[in-house]
Amino acid sequence: MSRADLLLPLADDELLLGWRNSEWTGIAPFLEEDVAFSSIAQNEIGHARALYQLVADELGGTADELAFDRSPGEYRCAPLVQLRLPDWADTIARHYLYEVADTIRIESLKGSADAAIAGLAAKIDREEAYHRMHAEMWLERLLATEDSRARLRAALATIWPSALGLLDGELRDRFRERTRDLELDAGTVAVERGEQTGELEELWEEMTMVRRSAPAGAAW
Amino acid sequence: MDVYEVFRQERKGQAFQHAGSFRAPDQRFAEMYAREFYGRRGESVALWIVPRDAIQPIEEFVDELNRNYHRVDGYSLKEKLREARARVSS
Repeated sequence: MSRADLLLPLADDELLLGWRNSEWTGIAPFLEEDVAFSSIAQNEIGHARALYQLVADELGGTADELAFDRSPGEYRCAPLVQLRLPDWADTIARHYLYEVADTIRIESLKGSADAAIAGLAAKIDREEAYHRMHAEMWLERLLATEDSRARLRAALATIWPSALGLLDGELRDRFRERTRDLELDAGTVAVERGEQTGELEELWEEMTMVRRSAPAGAAW
Repeated sequence: MDVYEVFRQERKGQAFQHAGSFRAPDQRFAEMYAREFYGRRGESVALWIVPRDAIQPIEEFVDELNRNYHRVDGYSLKEKLREARARVSS
């Protein structure tokens, strides 16, 4: 499998999720969490950058071109990361399920025969350890009271089909295995990559606006 | 939410200094936020996170009889230094 086929879906997931999470900057439940969650969003975009760079090394061009110069239809991100989720319970449900799926994906990339990919996966994994801890803490916190538990449960059930679409084949089986404690519906059909949510287009407009409006050859 | 006070050490062996404070739902969130606010930029080699409730403050210092010899401003050091210098040089 080419680097582009292997890494672009992952890089696009990280970029888009970073963007979606950054929408909480300034309006998170409290100030301390605002800073922490914004930082996680930044890290995800940082991971996307490093992954785009590996792909660019193979294809030619730059990480920026891959991140911003494709049309919305060319992005390979899963529907899960495209969703605009202005509710904190939905956001935590996505954050948690994404981190579990991402852990499985990164574990598999660490065993890649391409040393550059295995090396980057190991680096990302070390940073993701804090994201996982953060996601687990919030999950436990929201499961702790009756009202927040009901909201989180509803959110997990809503998010679950698109979360499944993050991984396929054997990795998806592992994902189901590792989320068994949450008692999510085992028969759920995944919303697969390539099935657009309609929310990507709007995000793409915003995400690429500055770059598209800059005169050709502008240097930053 | 509880308030936590954070002390940071800039280099190994140096004294810890008060860095600031924040609110967190519990001790684990406090650790997460402390790392984020006071450790992410490599500005600290160690942090102490202390619940503010664990701090015993003392804010009153009684000196009814004005015993200024207990205080640093009770002596005129200038005068004593001048005398000592004079003794040495003579």
